[in-house]
Amino acid sequence: MTATLSKVPDGGFARVKAVVGEEPISKRLMEMGIVPGVSIKVVKSAPFGDPIEIRVLGYNLAIRRNEAATIHIDLTDE
Amino acid sequence: MTETLTVALAGNPNAGKTTLFNALTGLRQKVANFPGVTVERKTGRWDANGSLVDIIDLPGLYSLDATSIDEEIARKVLSGETDGIEIPGVVIAVVDATNLERNLYLVTQILEQETPVIVAMTMTDLFEEQGHEVDVAKLSEMLGAQVVQVDARTGRGLEELAAAALSVKRDTKTNPPIEFSDTENPIFRRYKQISDIVQASVRHTDRDAHAFSDKIDRVLTHRFFGLVILLAVLLLIFQVIFSWAALPMDLLDAGFGSLADAAKSVLPVGILADLVADGIIAGVGGVLIFLPQILLLFLFISVLEDSGYMARAAFLMDKLMSRVGLHGKAFLPLISSFACAIPGIMATRTIEDRRDRFATIMIAPFMSCSARLPVYTLMIAAFFSTQVVFGFLSLGAVIMLGMYLLGIVLAIVAAFIFKRTILKAPPPPFIMEMPPYRMPNIRTVFQNMLERSWLFIKRAGTVILAISIILWALAYFPRTSETPAGAGTEVAEQTGESEQLANSYAGMLGHAIEPVIEPLGFDWKIGVALIASFAAREVLVSTLSIIYNVGADANEESETLLSAIRDAKRSDGTPAWTPLTAVTLMVFFVIAMQCMSTVAVVRRETNSWSWPLFMVAHMTVLAYVAALITYQGGKFLGFG
Repeated sequence: MTATLSKVPDGGFARVKAVVGEEPISKRLMEMGIVPGVSIKVVKSAPFGDPIEIRVLGYNLAIRRNEAATIHIDLTDE
Repeated sequence: MTETLTVALAGNPNAGKTTLFNALTGLRQKVANFPGVTVERKTGRWDANGSLVDIIDLPGLYSLDATSIDEEIARKVLSGETDGIEIPGVVIAVVDATNLERNLYLVTQILEQETPVIVAMTMTDLFEEQGHEVDVAKLSEMLGAQVVQVDARTGRGLEELAAAALSVKRDTKTNPPIEFSDTENPIFRRYKQISDIVQASVRHTDRDAHAFSDKIDRVLTHRFFGLVILLAVLLLIFQVIFSWAALPMDLLDAGFGSLADAAKSVLPVGILADLVADGIIAGVGGVLIFLPQILLLFLFISVLEDSGYMARAAFLMDKLMSRVGLHGKAFLPLISSFACAIPGIMATRTIEDRRDRFATIMIAPFMSCSARLPVYTLMIAAFFSTQVVFGFLSLGAVIMLGMYLLGIVLAIVAAFIFKRTILKAPPPPFIMEMPPYRMPNIRTVFQNMLERSWLFIKRAGTVILAISIILWALAYFPRTSETPAGAGTEVAEQTGESEQLANSYAGMLGHAIEPVIEPLGFDWKIGVALIASFAAREVLVSTLSIIYNVGADANEESETLLSAIRDAKRSDGTPAWTPLTAVTLMVFFVIAMQCMSTVAVVRRETNSWSWPLFMVAHMTVLAYVAALITYQGGKFLGFG
């Protein structure tokens, strides 16, 4: 099973392998800097568990878990 | 002959573009819309070291690859495809130094266009405080465009920016587009190039750039405290809007009253004086007295946007909003609508997806706005002022709360239905930047507030003016008697007024709709008030005062009006009002679309007449059905 960003716990780190969703959402995610090789920190989840706040390229971005599930990752230590 | 240079400002949202635009143009700006869409087009004059330059501020965007309307528009302006806008001579690409890589994504796209580019780098002081160093010369060289560090607050770099913009020439353009091989993803390729540029030109030291914002967010987006604080912020805003706005609203009200009196005394007695005083001044004034509330609400919205809190509120509420198919960004516009739907509807502009935005606009008027308060207050004061329930709760307060809840529930149901029918769309993506917290820029906040409020005032001067005159004429013609008003005693005058109203076209309309509203328990007099209140809800109070002979100056708390309502009889001698009638009327007012200003705003924001007309139609039908159920159900259960 492929690991996706939606499964990364709050405070966890990951490296992007691929963005597999449909356009235009996947394209927008990539334009926002979520491209292979980039590392992401999951900062926190919103009060009802969704959306999540992530840090990528030094800025913070909020995305829903649905979108996060289209981002394939490798877990990393930091 | 010298041609005026046109400069386009382009950049990511939150990059400091608006602040720079304001610093360059001062008050020499104009706001309009791009042709055919409701994307704001801000233009201004920039005194660039003595040469006047026209600046056009493009909407904030992340990419030129047109996934949103904003991006489509910016791309068209930059390539000279927009009607009436010349292709800009220079593009100033605004980049936030603290968010360089993502900001440069757009810049590398702009650099591939034909227009020469200057890069204005903002927030470098903050960037340096965070322990980074930028080699500007290296960055300029690698990008192939001059980079100027600017600080809009202190004015640092603005002269240099002017010199750069004036000297850059179209023919000095040297950036070849990035070449892509067929197998390569262009987005990856671009970020790879940017990564190389940033690595070569920026020196990082190990320091957490987000420490400050993260600390604040530990509280403000906390699972529990985040929601409590959001609630507290909203309560505070409402408290301020209702308490601070009360005095200026009373003053405006009195001011328009004296203005009307003055007009009557200056103009010769007759139709012209009546038109000016009772039609124009009373009609436009009735809407303009909401200006203090609207100004305050826009002020708060601007502060919330500029500080970065707006994004947090959307983040906190997105899950709940998505349950009914709406975007987290719909939350604050809807909450604002409790004060007034107009700022709320205008605040939906931040919602990118058209269908999400329209669904939000369509349900915003269900929120009980401040114009409904006089109606609720009047009805409660007349019929429910003394009763208590459960021994301690005032029945009036319970009914009031019930009306607010009814609006909220209907809004949720309506959103649910719209998102599955006419505005059907897959669940919208939620990809939203959470900008670092910043001290709101006072100038930006005030300019924002004034611009938006000015749009409201302009409407009051056009659409609302026209409708006021029509309503006035309906109540004024045909004349019952030619005795000039003001001739007799006050009582005679008031009797005259109410007789005039009964026999006017408005009165005829009231009689004509009586069979339709009879099942709601309303007689023709209430019918007249209903018709008049389609202009603005609170007009109900003054219309009822005229009908019941207590004079148009009565307000919702005056005892004469209250007892007149309680004592009013139908022609068969039965009471015209019962507590059930009062509740039915309130239910009608919760739902019906009785506000011409809102209709005008929806027309403008959706750029079509079909949406506002559909809104009026479906809300009126729904209001009728709900009122019918209330009245007939209530009668069946033995009330009234």
